[in-house]
Amino acid sequence: MNNDLDQIRDEALTRVATAEGLDALEAVRVALLGKKGSISGLMKSLGGMAPEDRKAAGQAFNALKAQVADAIEAAKERLADADLEARLMSEKVDVTLPVREQAKGFVHPISQTMDEVTAILGEMGFIVAEGPNIEEDWYNFTALNIPPEHPARQEHDTFYLPGEKNGHRMVLRTHTSPVQIRTMQNAEPPLRIIAPGRTYRCDYDATHSPMFHQVEGLVVDKASHFGHLKGCLIEFCRAFFDVDDLPVRFRPSYFPFTEPSAEVDIGCTREGGAFRIGHGDDWLEILGCGMVNPKVLENCGIDATEYQGFAFGMGIERLAMLKYGIPDLRTFYESDLRWLRHFGFSALDVPSMVGGIG
Amino acid sequence: MKFTLNWLKQHLETDATLTEITDALTIIGLELESVEDRGADLGGFVVGHVTECEPHPDADKLRLCTVDVGEETFRVVCGASNARAGMKGVFAREGQYVPGIDFTLKKATIRGVESCGMLLSEREMALSDEHTGIVELPDDAEIGARAIEAMGLDDPVIDIAITPNRGDCLGVRGVARDLAAAGFGTLKPLDTSPVGSTFESPRAVHLDLSDGTEDACPYFVGRYIRGVKNDPSPKWLQDRLLAIGLRPISSLVDITNYINIDLCRPLHVFDIAKVEGDFHVRLAKNGEMLPALDGKDYTLDGTMTVIAGDTRAEAIAGVMGGENSGCAGATTDVFLEIAYFDPIRTATTGRKLNLQSDSRYRFERGVDPAFLVDAAHITTRLIQELCGGEASDLVIAGTEPDWRKAITFRPERVATLGGVEVSKADQVRTLKTLGFEVADVGTTLDVVAPSWRHDIEGEACIVEEVVRLLGYDKVPAVPFSRVQNLPEPALPPALRRRAMARRTLAGRGMVEAVTYSFLPEAQARLFGGGSEDLRLVNPISSDLDMMRPSLLPNLVAAAGRNADRGLKDAALFEVGPQFADDTPEGQSMAATGIRSGRTGHRNWAKPPRTVDVFDAKADALAVLEAVGVPVGSLQVAAEAPEYFHPGRSGVLRLGPKNILAAFGEIHPRVLKAMGVAGPVTGFEIRLDVLPKAKVRKGAARAHLVLSALQPVERDFAFVVDGAVEAEAIIRAARTADKTLIDEVRVFDVFASESLGEDRKSVAVNVVLQPTEATLTDADIDAVAAKVVAAVEKATGGTLRK
Repeated sequence: MNNDLDQIRDEALTRVATAEGLDALEAVRVALLGKKGSISGLMKSLGGMAPEDRKAAGQAFNALKAQVADAIEAAKERLADADLEARLMSEKVDVTLPVREQAKGFVHPISQTMDEVTAILGEMGFIVAEGPNIEEDWYNFTALNIPPEHPARQEHDTFYLPGEKNGHRMVLRTHTSPVQIRTMQNAEPPLRIIAPGRTYRCDYDATHSPMFHQVEGLVVDKASHFGHLKGCLIEFCRAFFDVDDLPVRFRPSYFPFTEPSAEVDIGCTREGGAFRIGHGDDWLEILGCGMVNPKVLENCGIDATEYQGFAFGMGIERLAMLKYGIPDLRTFYESDLRWLRHFGFSALDVPSMVGGIG
Repeated sequence: MKFTLNWLKQHLETDATLTEITDALTIIGLELESVEDRGADLGGFVVGHVTECEPHPDADKLRLCTVDVGEETFRVVCGASNARAGMKGVFAREGQYVPGIDFTLKKATIRGVESCGMLLSEREMALSDEHTGIVELPDDAEIGARAIEAMGLDDPVIDIAITPNRGDCLGVRGVARDLAAAGFGTLKPLDTSPVGSTFESPRAVHLDLSDGTEDACPYFVGRYIRGVKNDPSPKWLQDRLLAIGLRPISSLVDITNYINIDLCRPLHVFDIAKVEGDFHVRLAKNGEMLPALDGKDYTLDGTMTVIAGDTRAEAIAGVMGGENSGCAGATTDVFLEIAYFDPIRTATTGRKLNLQSDSRYRFERGVDPAFLVDAAHITTRLIQELCGGEASDLVIAGTEPDWRKAITFRPERVATLGGVEVSKADQVRTLKTLGFEVADVGTTLDVVAPSWRHDIEGEACIVEEVVRLLGYDKVPAVPFSRVQNLPEPALPPALRRRAMARRTLAGRGMVEAVTYSFLPEAQARLFGGGSEDLRLVNPISSDLDMMRPSLLPNLVAAAGRNADRGLKDAALFEVGPQFADDTPEGQSMAATGIRSGRTGHRNWAKPPRTVDVFDAKADALAVLEAVGVPVGSLQVAAEAPEYFHPGRSGVLRLGPKNILAAFGEIHPRVLKAMGVAGPVTGFEIRLDVLPKAKVRKGAARAHLVLSALQPVERDFAFVVDGAVEAEAIIRAARTADKTLIDEVRVFDVFASESLGEDRKSVAVNVVLQPTEATLTDADIDAVAAKVVAAVEKATGGTLRK
């Protein structure tokens, strides 16, 4: 009896193991465990057995049934895996093929630089202000203590428009300084503003563009003095160029709208033919600044015996050229896609003091 | 402003080195432009005495010179034709670098004869192109001494930039005074002792200026000098003028140039024989002609001041003398003019005549109104020294203009404005060295600026003087801290939107450009601009003569330029100003973009397609959504400006009036006029008319209700008239059941003859979102019936069966 069962078991397991494919395995299962299957037949034979034999036979038959059923399950899994494997192999693609293109966009270096300047100065409490590009010459010159025949007015290479407003000629603003005037006329001190924007001068060569960008800064309160001006701009330069110990030098200069006035140089070196900003043997002019001329405050209706402050102005393109190694001013405005992609910035690269500047 | 070191030292007693002085100039605000120290390159060459000069045994044109340099003698082979025994030349010895030939001398054997060193030509010294012979030094040159000293070239030339407020430093003495005040020596006294007269001037000076124009020349000092000899000026004077780039002409002319540069005192010398009658300072007659010393004829007008004889104008006041009465070699009697001319009139005259001169440059920045009589004596003395002659009495017309301005100065302002503590005593000392009158009256100082400092107007100017001469580097930098711990946002809402627009477009694959605010008038007209008030009076070129009415033309032109370079598929945008008129309100900010060509490169998996109006619409909507416009409330209307394709363009508006954006394909006629190949599609968003962001209480969003129930989708296709807008179908479907219908999407549009003439099928996908209970088939059928009814009613169409 036991020998018979062993033989049945061996045969059944061999059939399960050799079944090729899931369909064949199913046929084997039906033949063994189906209603009319051979092992099911064994179970039915129990009924005809002597009661004393039945218990032992029943146990043996059940064990056999369970063993075969387990083997079939295991074989099923194995065959399914093999099928999947075969399907995946048939689905193989050339993964070296290039991906679907997604056009990349860029932010212009002028915009990025303005955002950087704003991020740094915003951290010092400056707020952005604006004014028109087409200005009355009163705002552009006279209010800034540049009377009509002042030599400085002649040096500005002003673009004129035909119109007049309030007896003043219309000009394209030659600097962002008129925003100082408009701000002081319309707001009460204390003031801390920056005014980035387009400016225009009637000049065109390798280092001059008829349109360029400046950012103006203005502080008016009761206590800010030249030492604060220095502190503000030294910190700005070091943050902007990301050089902690950047040498910054203040040189006396002249602007009609500030008194005292200064030009600011930063350290640089051309050692080994490569230009680098930082400690070095040379200086590079970067911006102009000074304490607001009391006449300018008075022109805007601010009491100069009570209030004082400082102002500064710098060229955005110049900052961008120095920081990002852009060699030619004129290329900024040519809209050459190759240039814009090379010098442009990712849309997600938003400058901040938390995330970093440049 | 150029001068030499020795010239400076004529006014400044100092031990400072050249480098100390040039560094100091920049530090005190007289920015160093360049310093040319010829001693650096040429200082090693010495005066050599040619004691013998024999023919070279083996070469006709070469000579064999014995050169004595004092302690040694050298044998030199020399090819110069002027080499001869007895002459003195410039000797360079073995091992020395000769800049003009970029060569370091080695011992050489020339045609069998050893040559040790070289006698130099000017070209070899890199002084000029002169190479016809070697340099010949004066006979009295000391053998073995530095050759450049014998040549008068050992004096370094310093060039500094003078800011417009510092007219007083357009004279060497002014520079010296500033250096002295900064602690770099002492200012030497100036000999202003009067020069005696031997006769009374036979010519008078009349200030013939009518009421209201007296300011043109309030003060005039003249002097008749007779019996002068106008030979070439001496070497020291010629050397100084040559060093700063002025050509020596004759003693009298050179003296006027010298005094001008030395003391910032422009003056003029008339040849009296050529002037009829007295001198008159008057305004020119309209159309009056004057041949000036530069050899050109100038036509004057009634705003210009002239110095005239009885019959004709002889000089343009403060600008340039006239040719008729200029001094020449034969001049014997002269009249010296030292006057104060109004800066503004002088500047205006020079500008009108397009005539620049060293004299005008100084007058328009304001010369010293109190330095006329002294200058007359100094000049007379120099003329007599160099040209001889006898001087008349001074002829004085008018009076010294009132220049004294008293300023009450609080010394503490140096600390409270200048940011640095300086003792009152030090302040006073600095100011006095600069020539200020200072009286200590207790807590304040009574200060009067010197007559040559027109730029000093108030306390701030005095603070600048003190701090400038102390050095800005001495001012401690103070942290510029915020008023509060956390700053306010730096960007006002409008600028924040602008930044969002910019970065949204860049995020959509567009490349930001920055283009000029002006463009050719023809292009302005194509885009609805070109009004006269926006035409530049003085454009840099006729191509850039009109302020732009829109950002589109520059971007379209840029696409064209890129296409010419082979980059046909451009996606460019700009955020910037556009101009409707010349008022502040006429200037508005726009975010504008274009796409041209195709949507991308050819790609095996994602073939590109030609750009179209819906790309532009998508860009515009993306920006509007990003900046917080409720895009669901936007209406689309086919009302775009004329520069768009009339059938493929539209505007996005809120309500009937407020147009926020236009989009579409650029009109082919416009593209043709600009020479740009199409298609180009574009949009422009008027950032300044966007509705103000809603004022909310805090940043909290609306309450979010999420349904646990599955949404159900149903598709409908409607056959409608060809003119029916998709928007009408969407709106009708969406409003059929506002609680259940969550979304309506158009997923298919087609026209076919089978639908009937000018009919089209529009298929929409409707999403139903139950919130209360799962929808039964009956519920869904009921909503579907409402959708069909609503769309059919709104459009006159029918459900496609």
